[in-house]
Amino acid sequence: MWEIIQSNRRKSILLVIIMAVLLLLVGSVFGEYFVQSYQGGLILAFAIWLLLSILAYFQGRNLFLAISGAHKIQKADHPRLFNIVEEMKIAAALPAMPEIYLIDDPAPNAFAVGQNPEKAAVAVTTGLLNTLNRDELQGVIAHEVGHVVNRDTLFMSMIGVMLGTVVMLAEIARRTLFFGGGRRRSRSSSGAGQAQVIILIAGLALMIVAPLIARIIYLAASRKREYLADASAAVFTRYPEGLASALEKISVSPIRMRKVNSVTAPMYIINPLQKLHDTRDSLFSTHPAAKNRIQILRSMAGGSGYLEYDQAFRRITGESKAFLPASALKQPGIKPGLRKPAVETVIPTAAPDMTRMMTGAVITGAVITDGIQEPVTPQAKARETSDAVWKSKGYRFIRCECDAILKVPPDFKRTGVQCLRCNRVHELNPVPEPT
Amino acid sequence: MTYVLIFLVAIAVLIFWVFGLYNGLVRLRNAVKNAWSQIDVQLKRRHDLIPNLVETVKGYAAHEKETLARVISARNFAMNAAGPAEAGRAEGALSGALKSLFAVSEAYPDLKANQNFLALQEELTSTENKIAFSRQAYNDAVMRYNNMTEVVPSNIIAGMFNFKASEFFEIVIPEEKDVPKVSF
Repeated sequence: MWEIIQSNRRKSILLVIIMAVLLLLVGSVFGEYFVQSYQGGLILAFAIWLLLSILAYFQGRNLFLAISGAHKIQKADHPRLFNIVEEMKIAAALPAMPEIYLIDDPAPNAFAVGQNPEKAAVAVTTGLLNTLNRDELQGVIAHEVGHVVNRDTLFMSMIGVMLGTVVMLAEIARRTLFFGGGRRRSRSSSGAGQAQVIILIAGLALMIVAPLIARIIYLAASRKREYLADASAAVFTRYPEGLASALEKISVSPIRMRKVNSVTAPMYIINPLQKLHDTRDSLFSTHPAAKNRIQILRSMAGGSGYLEYDQAFRRITGESKAFLPASALKQPGIKPGLRKPAVETVIPTAAPDMTRMMTGAVITGAVITDGIQEPVTPQAKARETSDAVWKSKGYRFIRCECDAILKVPPDFKRTGVQCLRCNRVHELNPVPEPT
Repeated sequence: MTYVLIFLVAIAVLIFWVFGLYNGLVRLRNAVKNAWSQIDVQLKRRHDLIPNLVETVKGYAAHEKETLARVISARNFAMNAAGPAEAGRAEGALSGALKSLFAVSEAYPDLKANQNFLALQEELTSTENKIAFSRQAYNDAVMRYNNMTEVVPSNIIAGMFNFKASEFFEIVIPEEKDVPKVSF
């Protein structure tokens, strides 16, 4: 894992340098036209970038969560989700438990944010909880934790800010040059005029090309990091099929996300705005085609390590270059079979006979049913998820003797509440005032 | 004069290189220690959960005394185990005993509907997963550390400063070693 973080860091620095050069170029041309000094433009571009970077570093995480309408949940709200996140935290050796957020949206999706592994957060939609089983959910969480471990959450927001600054400056310059750029030329003498025109055209061309290049760099980095997080997920769970089947379910879901825009879309595990059934990675997509990602995970023959992922990656995409550093591929110790094989306990219909039960294990194809408590019917699962939403909003649950469950809103002031089914009155303890 | 200088620089480079290798070994050894403490946390959590589980099951399936006794004795045995190898065997026996307890519980619908039991079952299953994942992380760390102590040239440093290879942690579940019978 360290090798990957290291190699990521080296490549990231290169990308950041290219982005910085673009930013400064655009800034100087911008300055040349608006304040008649390229130094002024450089300073302006730098100031905007610095301001946005500081904002993104310290507030980006909370901004993202707020824009997506995510609520923080506690362990009691959804113990299974909490446990899955903790399992992946352990597998990835994260220094701290990520915070968990729930987004009330029927479309299945998830994302991770956080400037460092100590302050990470993962957010999942209620649709994801309703659609996926435990193994699939584990795969998704592992992918998100992979983003955190590989420092993608920090890097993508930082490089995103640079992209944003380049695009913004170029946009302003382009519009003004098209519509009001004549003023400067008329003031200058005719001899310098020709050179000015050439500079103007060159500047204009730069303003058109620079944002494009910046965007292509950003998106290429984004796609690569999705593959990498998939590989990490396979390593953490030792079970690529979990993530593969989750990606399949998420990508074929016809439900569109509600609170999403082009800024937040690249953060999700599957881009909520990307068209379904794309099979090729285009220059302008934020994520690799889901079909490829699934196929790579499914054709990881004989293991779940980085080496197997890399081989599968090259087979499916037809690329000859290894996309992981050689030192990571050599890394031993990642073998299949560390994960328990799927075992279903056979329950004899006759009197329980211990010895038969223990040896009568049946190897099944996919799901681990062994001991894992999970609501079986879709209705029960949906109930569990919506309860988690209620609980995260501070509703209190009271179980009546008639088995009805009363959900009392947090701002309910009266001391008693009547059951709607049997009219029993339940006393409410006063809510402790939040201090 | 220049030869002396070159010699001195070479010595300095060598010393820093040795420092680097030494520090690398220390870091890896600490990673192994940290990973082991993670396993310990999870094992302890499992030991703490078991009395609750036994109490809950007793209320519904009192005559499964034998299974319950097996779980309790496996827990006590596991709590007193020392070192990765012994702990591995003891925890394996405990996993086996727990599995049989959950299998038995299938025959008691009232027990299976009990909220407390369901919550405990999720907790224990997840703890089992966490043990497996922390074991996976521990073994990865041990592999990295052991490799470093064995490959040239860091093995020389490891030998000089007494970096010993670490033990892997394998949980041996008695039933899992047998070839499972497949029934159709």
